Amino acid sequence: MTTVIRSIVVGAVLFAAGAVMLSRAKAGSDEFFPPVTDPLTRQECGGCHMAFPAGLLPARSWQKVMGELDNHFGDDASVDAATARQINTYLMAHAADSAGNGGMHRWLRGVSAAAAPQRITELPKWVREHREVARSDWTRKEVASKANCVACHVDAERGYFEDD
Amino acid sequence: MQRPLIVMFLAALAAMPAANAAPRDDILAGYAAQAKADDAAFGGFSATRGEALYRDRHGGGKPDTSSCTSCHGDKTRAAGRTPVGKAIDPVAVSVAPTRYTEPAKVEKWFRRNCREVLGRECTAREKGDWLAFMMTQ
Ligand code: HEC
Ligand code: HEC
Ligand code: HEC
Repeated sequence: MTTVIRSIVVGAVLFAAGAVMLSRAKAGSDEFFPPVTDPLTRQECGGCHMAFPAGLLPARSWQKVMGELDNHFGDDASVDAATARQINTYLMAHAADSAGNGGMHRWLRGVSAAAAPQRITELPKWVREHREVARSDWTRKEVASKANCVACHVDAERGYFEDD
Repeated sequence: MQRPLIVMFLAALAAMPAANAAPRDDILAGYAAQAKADDAAFGGFSATRGEALYRDRHGGGKPDTSSCTSCHGDKTRAAGRTPVGKAIDPVAVSVAPTRYTEPAKVEKWFRRNCREVLGRECTAREKGDWLAFMMTQ
């Protein structure tokens, strides 16, 4: 191998490693949750509220949500069987405790392995992150619900939930 | 073998501007056939009845969403808002020309929303009335 080729190869490897580390760092923080990329899930789960990133709940929670769509927090959010299967597959594969999401276990701290909470807004970590949010912020007219993340996190649709 | 395909493709292109109206007319025709089957005296859809369905407060459904306007808003040409706070695109055909063109989507939302507001599914006549009203908007 000539030196030139060797340095190109080394450079490429370093670059790739850097990219992996960068995406790890992002996935491991509490600020970035990759947005839903599956168009069907975006469409079917984004009509009444934002399509919540799959990394905000563990797989067992998504399974429960998907199993009870005909009575979804009092609403009928049911879809046909083939659609449900595709959404379920997507959500399970990208859930907080899925294999590709190593860094996100922290988000599930305090959730018992036996529990399958359907609400993101009842996870201990979510409650802790919002403990200091003023009461007057929750009652603002555009907020309407705790589940309306976008009202406060303007970049939530792109996956960013930093303090703002 | 190739030529007919190309001709068909060009013909389809030429037909594009009207492409949104055709599926909506098909959906409406389907509701008309069903309305006629439900009631032999059915004499066509009415935008006036559609507007009443849209604006009236109904009993039977959920108390906090007793009207279509609870989410779709008083103005058909303006954006609405769900109880969770998410914006809904306007429902008037003039500003939302792609609406009411996918039968499965239309049926899914009629089923959900009529149950939510009226506590039952809408009849074919009611659905046609709503579409007739929105097409005047
Ligand atoms: C017909 C409207 C509708 C559709 C469609 C819908 N949802 Fe919901 N969803 C709701 C409502 C209403 C709530 C309760 C929000 C509240 O408490 O303010 C909710 C809440 C949720 C929550 C909990 C939010 C929280 O409080 O932490 C999750 C998770 C959720 N939905 C997932 C989904 C998924 C996944 C889909 C697609 C399969 C979906 N939703 C489709 C209406 C809908
Ligand atoms: C009423 C406004 C409001 C709503 C609605 C809201 N949040 Fe927040 N959120 C905040 C504020 C303010 C903070 C920063 C709190 C602090 O640092 O004390 C925060 C912090 C967070 C954090 C931690 C970010 C970090 O920098 O570590 C996450 C994650 C988060 N929110 C997710 C959500 C999700 C998911 C939803 C919807 C299900 C939501 N939030 C709804 C106001 C809100
Ligand atoms: C709880 C909130 C809510 C109420 C109340 C509501 N809708 Fe809707 N409606 C929605 C949402 C959300 C959508 C889908 C969002 C979108 O397509 O932009 C929708 C979409 C629709 C569509 C589909 C339009 C299309 O693009 O094909 C029809 C039809 C419809 N609604 C009819 C009704 C009727 C009729 C009523 C009253 C009986 C009603 N809605 C009341 C929330 C509501």
